Amino acid sequence: MMFIGSAFGVSNNLENICCMLGAEKVSDHFKFDLKERLPNMLFIAGTLIGGAIAVFLLSDGSLTVEISENTKAHISSLGIPYSEGLLPLTLFNWNALGSISGLLLMVGGGFMVGFGARYAGGCTSGHSISGISNLQASSIISTIFFFIGGLIATHFIYPLIFQP
Amino acid sequence: MNGLKYIFAGVVFGIVMVKSEAVSWFRIQEMFLFESFHMYGIIGSAVAVAGVSVWLIKRFKWKDASGMIMKPIERPLMLPANIIGGLIFGLGWALTGACPGPMFVNLGAGYSVMIPIIASATLGAFAYGILKKKLPH
Repeated sequence: MMFIGSAFGVSNNLENICCMLGAEKVSDHFKFDLKERLPNMLFIAGTLIGGAIAVFLLSDGSLTVEISENTKAHISSLGIPYSEGLLPLTLFNWNALGSISGLLLMVGGGFMVGFGARYAGGCTSGHSISGISNLQASSIISTIFFFIGGLIATHFIYPLIFQP
Repeated sequence: MNGLKYIFAGVVFGIVMVKSEAVSWFRIQEMFLFESFHMYGIIGSAVAVAGVSVWLIKRFKWKDASGMIMKPIERPLMLPANIIGGLIFGLGWALTGACPGPMFVNLGAGYSVMIPIIASATLGAFAYGILKKKLPH
């Protein structure tokens, strides 16, 4: 996206949705010109199409992710069955929203992604790829802490939620 | 018509992210368990390609479509925000198994369960907008 004259980043689209829903009425943070952010919004629309093409046209609709045997053993020790598809549907489905673990993962996790990305000033695309490639201190530090957060969640919070 | 290139870039991104399995919860778990080089390879190559691009853009002062000299956006160092925000983002990244881009790619790939996740992320971004002035930056 830097090639085509705009700052690349996905997470500011979350602010764009807020802006479209009228969030500027409650906070000046959402007062901006959506037109300037059009490239990022079109990009996100494209990713939806790309995801659909990859799964429904470029493969037979089912994907199996061949992760390492140790990872399979680890997740099954937590009671999470390894399955085909890009993600474990036993954890991520609409019915699971009614369970505490489902709420923590989907609503809690989703909230933290949105809040954290905007607080840190970017997400994996903006900081970890665009920012680090430009050797920016803020991006290097943010990425280190993205990773620390991920390690804490994987090694401590998952085992806590899904007690083996 | 001018917008088509952005959509096209998104389409390519979506396909690459699915085909490389970078949108997979399983791959994110594996990465944080240090069980495979897979995700590190993907992130490493993305940074390498972007790094060379940034260098070329700066070195040869490339212009964008409207004739402006391109310049990568500077994200100012804000230690408390980068650290606390980064930690919170990282926790959410591992819990959902997706960062913002993959959430949308997975939705396109047919996982409708991304809708409540994206809605929660939007709510998170909204909450930040409200609380911004009270948070250390």
